[in-house]
Amino acid sequence: MDWYVTKNIRRAVPTEEIPCWPYARFYTETTEKLIEGERYHCALYFGVPAADGRGLIFYVLLADDATGEVLLASWKYGYYDEEEVPSLTARFPAMHPFEREITEQFGIRFSGHPFDKPLRFAQDRADRGLTLNNYPFWRADDPSLHEVNVGPIHAGIIEPGVFRFVCNGERIVHLEIVLGFQHRGVERLMRETGNRLRQTTLAETIAGDSAVSHAAAFCQVAEGFAGWRCGALDAERAVAAEMERMAMHMADTGALCMDTGYQLGQVACEALRTMTINTTQRWCGNRFGKGLIRPFGTRFPLTPEKRELMAGNVTDIRRRYEEAGQDIFTSPSVLARFEDCGTVTRQQMIRIGAVGMAARSAGLKRDVRYTHPYGAYAETVEHNPVVLEQGDVMARAMLRYREALQSADSVLALLGREPETDLPEPDFGRRWPGNALSFVLTEGWRGEICHAAVTGPDGEVLAYKIKDPSLHNWYALSLAVRGAGISDFPVCNKSFDLSYCGHDL
Amino acid sequence: MISFLFVLTAAVFLTGIINRTRALLSGRKGVRLFQHLYNVRLLLSKGAVYSPVTGALFRAVPAVCLAASVTAALLVPMGPYPALLHFEGDMVAFAYLLALSRAALILGALDTGSSFEGMGASREALYGALIEPGLFFFFGTLALMTGHTSFTSVFGALGAGTPEMVVVTVLLAYILVKVVLVEGGRIPVDDPRTHLELTMVHEVMELDYGGVDLGLLTVGSWIKTASLATVAAGTIASVFGQGGASALTVCALVAAVGVIVGTVESFRARNRLNRNATYIVTVSALALFAFLLVYVLSLNLNIE
Repeated sequence: MDWYVTKNIRRAVPTEEIPCWPYARFYTETTEKLIEGERYHCALYFGVPAADGRGLIFYVLLADDATGEVLLASWKYGYYDEEEVPSLTARFPAMHPFEREITEQFGIRFSGHPFDKPLRFAQDRADRGLTLNNYPFWRADDPSLHEVNVGPIHAGIIEPGVFRFVCNGERIVHLEIVLGFQHRGVERLMRETGNRLRQTTLAETIAGDSAVSHAAAFCQVAEGFAGWRCGALDAERAVAAEMERMAMHMADTGALCMDTGYQLGQVACEALRTMTINTTQRWCGNRFGKGLIRPFGTRFPLTPEKRELMAGNVTDIRRRYEEAGQDIFTSPSVLARFEDCGTVTRQQMIRIGAVGMAARSAGLKRDVRYTHPYGAYAETVEHNPVVLEQGDVMARAMLRYREALQSADSVLALLGREPETDLPEPDFGRRWPGNALSFVLTEGWRGEICHAAVTGPDGEVLAYKIKDPSLHNWYALSLAVRGAGISDFPVCNKSFDLSYCGHDL
Repeated sequence: MISFLFVLTAAVFLTGIINRTRALLSGRKGVRLFQHLYNVRLLLSKGAVYSPVTGALFRAVPAVCLAASVTAALLVPMGPYPALLHFEGDMVAFAYLLALSRAALILGALDTGSSFEGMGASREALYGALIEPGLFFFFGTLALMTGHTSFTSVFGALGAGTPEMVVVTVLLAYILVKVVLVEGGRIPVDDPRTHLELTMVHEVMELDYGGVDLGLLTVGSWIKTASLATVAAGTIASVFGQGGASALTVCALVAAVGVIVGTVESFRARNRLNRNATYIVTVSALALFAFLLVYVLSLNLNIE
């Protein structure tokens, strides 16, 4: 059997149609695809206990950016198998979070893995002897180097994570990032409850700043099992997602200004971000859009009055943000901080499998809305991603600025359409079919979000897998600060603004 | 006595003026003018907590810093009022009292063994070393212009009011405002508001202090900033009045320093850290330029 080829559309894939190869063939086939570099990237690679309880099945989802196809395959690790299998990470560093996760969850070793360290310090990890105190950090034995440890508890209000720098004076030689302190077992909770409403609210909490994107991803997985779709509902979800993108990009523009000590830009952007999330609140009662996205329907249809109010606000926000951006990006003192700082090259981004705005800031045209259009992006909104070449903090800041303006335009275009009168109410009762896999790729404001669910013979959930773009992109931060001054780390970090809890789940 | 009291008052007001300027320029109402005093009162009413790896040196630092700043403030005259303590050469004493406070803070930071504080100490030592020539060229210029090496007699003797001297004095005041930015740890050299340990210079060295010790260090740095601001104001004020500036002018000019610092902090971003050295050397180079300018002028001018 060859790769199972499908598109990023809502449908249930019967698991028996997905090829199940021996590992050797799986390795060769995957290598053949990934070796092309830019075209394919691994969207998800995860293990599921086999339905008969004998062994594990590992599914891989490869996204083909050239054709918009998604390739599915699997391999089986039998009950009595003990041997190590060759590591894909050794050839494709982008695979490292997936293989590390598999090792951590199931104790399967990959031979030749260059970065064989725990991905998260989860409670249900395979090796319970590991703690932060004996974490195998890379060490610097050279007397001219020194180590600086930051975290896991930080000043300010950011989430926990360890940053271990190896420095030569003020210059960073290497940065190692250890996460996992936010692990809540979201995937397990999603898997164990059959309550769709609870699953939806859980999805909203995967990463608090991407509540809409993750909830929409979950809903599309649920709707995929039923093969259900509704164009008008998709359009409203796109409005919500673009509002979230606007709000977060503005917040991060402000935060970048704050980290460089540029007060004027900071206060201007913070105010606009507040206006944006308050507009979402006028729509659904919650500033982060919690409660707005529900499977098979909505409780908050966009009435003509709401459309008018939101369009007015968004027009105003767009105009003011454009002014603020022009001020920020023409200030010499700000440009001196942003330009040529924290550069990640296009080649590096491909190697680590970066997605989303981090990839686009380095010339890699990776945007699910464009490569694998879904929902409204497949029908009503034709999305043309913003791509910049430099890959430095400036590029990421500028990308945020231009994407936020673009999102505002999309919102206005969607709001200007004739409102749909009868949107369905949410439906939490539908059962999921047996022996099926449903997945979805969506573009959150950080980048590609992937959710997938696999069901057993009776429709029980064997695995619910979540991938936040942060999983890939944290490594980009390590590369960005290599060779930079240690005092530039905060602004580099903020330019990516990756999620800790989205990574830790 | 009046001048010393003035410096203390300026120390209290200056932080308030800077905060208020920043708030107004960013479209906010801002905290009350004396919020920082309430904060310090809170700190002073608390005890102190010490890391077990620190020694006696670490504990002595806040007192040394505050004492050095207060002693330096004793040497600063205000307009027509002489300094409480003045003698020939007190300008040098002033510079080294500030340096003493800095050295103490650096040693205290190193005593903690923290990697952050080590980095902060190394940055502070570098900036201190680079700004010191600037300060001395500044004092040298004043001495060259007046033939005195005491603030009180210098400001008494300045104010010849010739156009050349006005130019030089304005240049000197400009230099000293920049010195205030560097010594006070303000933007663009340092960001007093940041919570990011890796980018801090002055703040990071205070990270291990809490309660009463932190209060003393904070008050010490206010007094230091106020002393420098008063010297800057005195320099430029001496041009206006014949035979010494009026007290009112000095007051206004000190307030102006606060407004300038607040404005700079509102309208520009911080330097990248590795450009700070260049920035500070530029200040010192300007001071050297002022010194040479006065030297050349003194060959033609009627200066005793």
